[in-house]
Amino acid sequence: MTRKNMWVAGVATPVMIAMLLLFAVSPSVKASDQPSAANAAVKIDNFVFGPQTITVPVGTTVTWTNADDIPHTSVSTEGVFKSKVMDTDEKFSYTFTKAGTYPYYCTIHPKMTGKVVVQ
Amino acid sequence: MPDKKQDLIDQTLQDLNNDGVDRRGFLKCMAWAGTGLVWTMSGGIPVSRAFAKGYGKDAGKGADFTFVQISDSHIGFNKPANPDVAATLQTAINKINAMPQKPDFIIHTGDLSQLSKPSEFDTLDQVLKGASAKQIFFVPGEHDMLSDNGEQYLQRYGKGTMGTGWSSFDHKGVHFVGLVNVANLKAGGMGSLGNEQLEWLENDLKGRSASTPIVLFAHIPLWTIYPDWGWGTDDSEQALSYVKRFGSVTVLNGHIHQIMQKVEGKVSFHTAMSTAFPQPAPGTAPSAGPMKVPADQLQRVLGITDVNYVVSGRSLAVVDSPLGDAGASASGTASTHLSVVDPIHG
Repeated sequence: MTRKNMWVAGVATPVMIAMLLLFAVSPSVKASDQPSAANAAVKIDNFVFGPQTITVPVGTTVTWTNADDIPHTSVSTEGVFKSKVMDTDEKFSYTFTKAGTYPYYCTIHPKMTGKVVVQ
Repeated sequence: MPDKKQDLIDQTLQDLNNDGVDRRGFLKCMAWAGTGLVWTMSGGIPVSRAFAKGYGKDAGKGADFTFVQISDSHIGFNKPANPDVAATLQTAINKINAMPQKPDFIIHTGDLSQLSKPSEFDTLDQVLKGASAKQIFFVPGEHDMLSDNGEQYLQRYGKGTMGTGWSSFDHKGVHFVGLVNVANLKAGGMGSLGNEQLEWLENDLKGRSASTPIVLFAHIPLWTIYPDWGWGTDDSEQALSYVKRFGSVTVLNGHIHQIMQKVEGKVSFHTAMSTAFPQPAPGTAPSAGPMKVPADQLQRVLGITDVNYVVSGRSLAVVDSPLGDAGASASGTASTHLSVVDPIHG
């Protein structure tokens, strides 16, 4: 073993482990300190928003994912948020910063409706 | 819940005019989707019969004119069961070009594209350019108005139309009206025409003789086929009240990617097959998403519709033909071609 290699084994490895630990720990620290980092998911499947009503704390980012072979949108009935057209597997996210009830629908298939309740 | 759905289907498909097209007969018609169906109207009495072998050659003979309906090309769609929707549209155009009586024009009842992308419209234009009929009338489907409120659609296909793309024209004594029921849809609702268009329609029909044959075409069905899937138009009753006094009314729609028909008084409703992919019969699947069929059967569930019109009998004959005839090796799509022929008395 050369001196250089020994340095790698003896010094670099602990440094790397420490860095990895730091990375592993930091997200959980963030999550507990800032509730705004909370996430929730709505899956669009078979022309249905699931769950149809989702209840989340203020500051939650809701992400819609389209699992259908047909494009859909997620648009607030009251003009609060408006997704672009989501083709298969495409996503749309919106962060809810105020409490309230937010009804929404798919503008392409208006029979598809859902609700986000922010508390 | 299944009972409720079944009731809806029965309600839709019951034998309204004692014309033999009850639910069972209707399902039979659906089975004919692979072999074709002749639909003839004579004085408001519809006669349907299997698309007999060889009939296709004579379809349109003796007609004053013929036009073809194609629908739901969905250019840009690339998933099962059809990874190449441009090719099946091309097959539909080839089929139209091979018709014994050259159609005067083509009507496209919407969903030209999958995502309203310029490249998709470009591809559509490229394929349609090869059609023998140079005049094509369009109404938009919901897929054609996705991101820009239909602005691009209107620029390309809606020249000279009103509002979101509605218009009317006369051809050899028949009055055609193209309606838009895919714009400004409301949460929880189905298709919608809106007050402005309804007013326009009322005025457009006012003063026309009741003996003028009327053809209404729009993307979403103007009759309620299956509300759970949004297969209907919320304010279609209002529109249909304006055509009640006319002796012959034909309503042509797309959207549901399968043949459905109903006759109510002198109004006959018809939906066309898609040139891209089939959709399930109402209530037979968890959703209205694309139906996946084996590749060798795709051509049977896509198609075109011919309409032949004979002025003397003031009758329209609607012939649906799949892109691929049974036994044909060539790939095919379906188009709807309407021709008016001598009335066929059942």
